[in-house]
Amino acid sequence: MISATEIDIQTGGEFARPNYLSEHSVRSWLLTTDHKRIGILYLFTILFFFAIASVAAALMRIELLYPTGGLMTSETYNKLFTIHGTLMVWFFLIPSIPAVLGNFVLPMMLGARDVAFPKLNLTSWYLFVLGGAFATWSLIRGGVDTGWTFYTPYSTTYANSHVISMAAGVFVAGFATIITGINFIVTTHKMRAPGLTWFRLPLFVWSLYATSLMMVLATPVLAMTLGLISLERIWGVGIFDPNLGGDPILFQHMFWFYSHPAVYIMILPGMGVVSELIACFSRKRVYGYGWVACASMAIAILGFLVWGHHMFVSSQSVYAGMIFSALSFLVAVPSGVKVFNWTATLRKGSIHFATPMLYALGFIGLFVIGGLTGLFLATLSVDVHVHDTYFIIAHFHYIMVGGMVTGFMGGLHYWWPKITGRLYPELWGKLAALATFLGFNLTFFPLFVLGYLGQPRRYHVYPPEFQVFHVLSTAGASILGVGYVMPLIYFIWSAKHGRVAGPNPWRATGLEWQTSSPPPTHNFKVTPVVTSDPYNYSPEKDADLDLASI
Amino acid sequence: MNTTSNMSVGFVAEQFDDFQQQRGAAQFGMWIFLATEVLFFGGLFLAYTVFRSLYPGDFVAASHHTVVAIGGINTAILLFSSTLMALAVRAAELRNQKQLIRLLVGTAFFGIIFMILKGVEYYKDWNDHLVPVLNFEWHQPNPGHAQIFFWLYFAMTGLHAIHVTVGICIMLVFAVIARTGKFTSGHFTPIEIAGLYWHFVDIVWIFLFPLLYLAGHR
Repeated sequence: MISATEIDIQTGGEFARPNYLSEHSVRSWLLTTDHKRIGILYLFTILFFFAIASVAAALMRIELLYPTGGLMTSETYNKLFTIHGTLMVWFFLIPSIPAVLGNFVLPMMLGARDVAFPKLNLTSWYLFVLGGAFATWSLIRGGVDTGWTFYTPYSTTYANSHVISMAAGVFVAGFATIITGINFIVTTHKMRAPGLTWFRLPLFVWSLYATSLMMVLATPVLAMTLGLISLERIWGVGIFDPNLGGDPILFQHMFWFYSHPAVYIMILPGMGVVSELIACFSRKRVYGYGWVACASMAIAILGFLVWGHHMFVSSQSVYAGMIFSALSFLVAVPSGVKVFNWTATLRKGSIHFATPMLYALGFIGLFVIGGLTGLFLATLSVDVHVHDTYFIIAHFHYIMVGGMVTGFMGGLHYWWPKITGRLYPELWGKLAALATFLGFNLTFFPLFVLGYLGQPRRYHVYPPEFQVFHVLSTAGASILGVGYVMPLIYFIWSAKHGRVAGPNPWRATGLEWQTSSPPPTHNFKVTPVVTSDPYNYSPEKDADLDLASI
Repeated sequence: MNTTSNMSVGFVAEQFDDFQQQRGAAQFGMWIFLATEVLFFGGLFLAYTVFRSLYPGDFVAASHHTVVAIGGINTAILLFSSTLMALAVRAAELRNQKQLIRLLVGTAFFGIIFMILKGVEYYKDWNDHLVPVLNFEWHQPNPGHAQIFFWLYFAMTGLHAIHVTVGICIMLVFAVIARTGKFTSGHFTPIEIAGLYWHFVDIVWIFLFPLLYLAGHR
């Protein structure tokens, strides 16, 4: 076990004071350099954008109830899916687990007092807000209709919407991501507690480390790409315009060189959370710990080598397509390692079906579907058939929503007692986990069928025989919506009225559970010393533990 | 410098245990930042590579219109300023305040000379009608391709110039702060990582010069 000498442990039931939440002034929040507070600032900010992007999605789903699409014009529909995509990707998913949960727990997991560069950490949040302001400005002025991918030459030459302000927003928010990545990498390298060797790190730290590598190496390329788009709109030299000697495929290469690693930025942190949850709620060490850790790194590295699988029908060379296809299959290996090892961890574990565990199990199921359909898409000939159809939409929503958002919700429930010092109502938590799982599948599974039958993405008018699938999907989206609103309500309620959690309600290992809840400003009174491996659970010892009805 | 324990009080931030940890973190953070810069410039280098391989003849013809003399002198100037920067780091480590200030100002001075020469060159480019879209005139074949070359020329040297300007500002601000003796009492890490940045700016130019200027002057 981790032995921490004289750590500020409060006896269960006591609310630790003073803690990082003790100061209440607005100034103390806006000028904070405390990684925990910055995580919470990020939480509120991304929820704001999640709300806008969800409304856009809801409007689309309502529109799609009827095959003739009478509710809105095609232009409005184009703008809605662009709002939904850009905001969800850059202003919700990418910062979701890293900037909120990662910021909150990473330094504590390492036994550090803060991240390496706390002021930069706060700068990151301000840049994120500034980027969000640009994006919001673009929406208020009338929105963007290019899709989140900004494909040229449409975005540079023909689009009549507010591309530059949206590109500027994503550009600025990108620097927020880069700063977070730099902070996490340096903190993990330089600020681990004594005895905390690399292969004693929690798997969440490994996944954040791999994620940060991608943030740091991919995001600058996106920044340059968006810069070039904006300059093209102003300047019009035509480096992406074939009429003037330019090359639109160059744009796609640059965009996907970023955006493929980015889609792994939108799943790896979720995998890290799930590793924590599976271990804690089966009271076992993660099976093949080292393999799971290395799988995160493998996914990060392979993530840089597969961007061409987004471009199988773009006119890129057939040989490039074959190589990208083969490399894309390789990603299935580390992903499979993770899924098999989580499953093996469950075996003979003492499994507790608490809310975070329900999310974790849901994650595994949804990720398996999302991952396996990814293999269909990595197959050249199959991709030609389903490219740009609802099949793609269903596939990446299974990864990004079924995977990442489920992981985010699981992690938020798991660390909520640490964040607020109070417990959420367990029954409501279970109901919400169930609602999101059912609602999600009902929303997105029909889209696989639609895509296979040939419905292209980004159209709001479709043949009448497809209507039944769209009605199913919209019905599912309503349930999914309920599943997201419920936690919003009971989290707010529990922050004030929830039962006091004590320092370690889950009896979990990990340094973040060795300090009081909510933690004091510098996390630990005395730097903890680590003397053993992570996840030192024993299912036999904890057999009487009843975490599911805590 | 291996005299950590006796000077680890005043300037070690609260999240760090000691001076060495803080210094290691700052250096490592700067290296990662420079890696992001490589990828940032990398987008433009990729575009250059693609278009040069598509239109090699037009790129050579266009490159012939750059002022290789100014580019060459500027290369020498940047390399020399990098030498001064390296000496500035040493001066900070040796706690030589006077020398540190002089060397920082010297580094900034040669950066400014670089910028002035670059400005002269841009002015000449304008008079030669080489600025894309605004006043571009080309009397050889494929003006569109030559325009892409000059667009890349302005984008790459312009982005580099922004970085030089940021570097000059850092040197001047640090020169002012150095007057308080802050950097010469053991807290030399900021000078070190500013040095890393300045050398990076130098290295970028080492790649830009042959690609943009020498392509047409073989």
